[in-house]
Amino acid sequence: MVPEHTGSRATRIVGLLTLIGLVSVLVLGLVVTAPDEIQGDAARLIYVHVPVAIVMNVGFFVTALGSAMWLWKKSRWWDTIAVASAEIGVVFTALALATGMVWGRPTWGVYWTWDARLTSTALLLLLYLGYLVVRRLPSDAEVRNRRSAFVALLAFVDVPIVYYSVSWWRSLHQTATLSINTHIHGLMLFTLMLSMVVFLLAYAWMLTHRFRLAWLEEETESQGLEVAISERRAEAGVS
Amino acid sequence: MTDAGYVIAGYSIVFGSLTLYVVRMLLRGRSLSKQVPPEDRRWM
Repeated sequence: MVPEHTGSRATRIVGLLTLIGLVSVLVLGLVVTAPDEIQGDAARLIYVHVPVAIVMNVGFFVTALGSAMWLWKKSRWWDTIAVASAEIGVVFTALALATGMVWGRPTWGVYWTWDARLTSTALLLLLYLGYLVVRRLPSDAEVRNRRSAFVALLAFVDVPIVYYSVSWWRSLHQTATLSINTHIHGLMLFTLMLSMVVFLLAYAWMLTHRFRLAWLEEETESQGLEVAISERRAEAGVS
Repeated sequence: MTDAGYVIAGYSIVFGSLTLYVVRMLLRGRSLSKQVPPEDRRWM
């Protein structure tokens, strides 16, 4: 029997692992790890801010990949992956901005500044919100998919700009958190790495559900269209 | 804990928003699943 929801055995297993991982990150991040020598407890925000920003990048990479693959293969599967990942990417971009602002207040003294990293990230959010708006413009599916694929690929240009903004321009924001000469060690490093894995797992789980939901949305939309056409035909007396 | 308000706010924003987003997505999935015939919603 086909279940009346978007879950499956695989999503239940991944979902359970994600939940256990998120609880572990909460305990390690808020209780077990020591405060930072310079930033104190405010540094605990690193365990959510950095993983959220990584998922944001992965989400938009998958959207760009799905869009490019749709332009090549014209497959509904790739278009659905692109839109599902874009919506999750938008949620995570908003969270990256929000947690960055909350972290900025105790460390920089302000919630917001027109810094290169912050500004380019805000632009990224607007670009992908625009992508989601383009998806909703009424049009033929093929036209909509092509239009949104080009918008997604254009918007993706901002992703490397966000990443390199801290190197290209003078920025309040620190440079890459993890590099070869990383200053994070021990339990802090472990918690950060664990959090990244757990948030990526959460992304995979959300993407699966969002993909299935987008598939259902398209099915109900085409069903509605078929009903409307048959009603118009009946009104006009066309068999 | 120093800056406790900011730390709790940051974690609450992330976990609260993701919970709301996921609940909304799952409920909508359940609602739409009922409208689509089984052959059009076979999940691999």
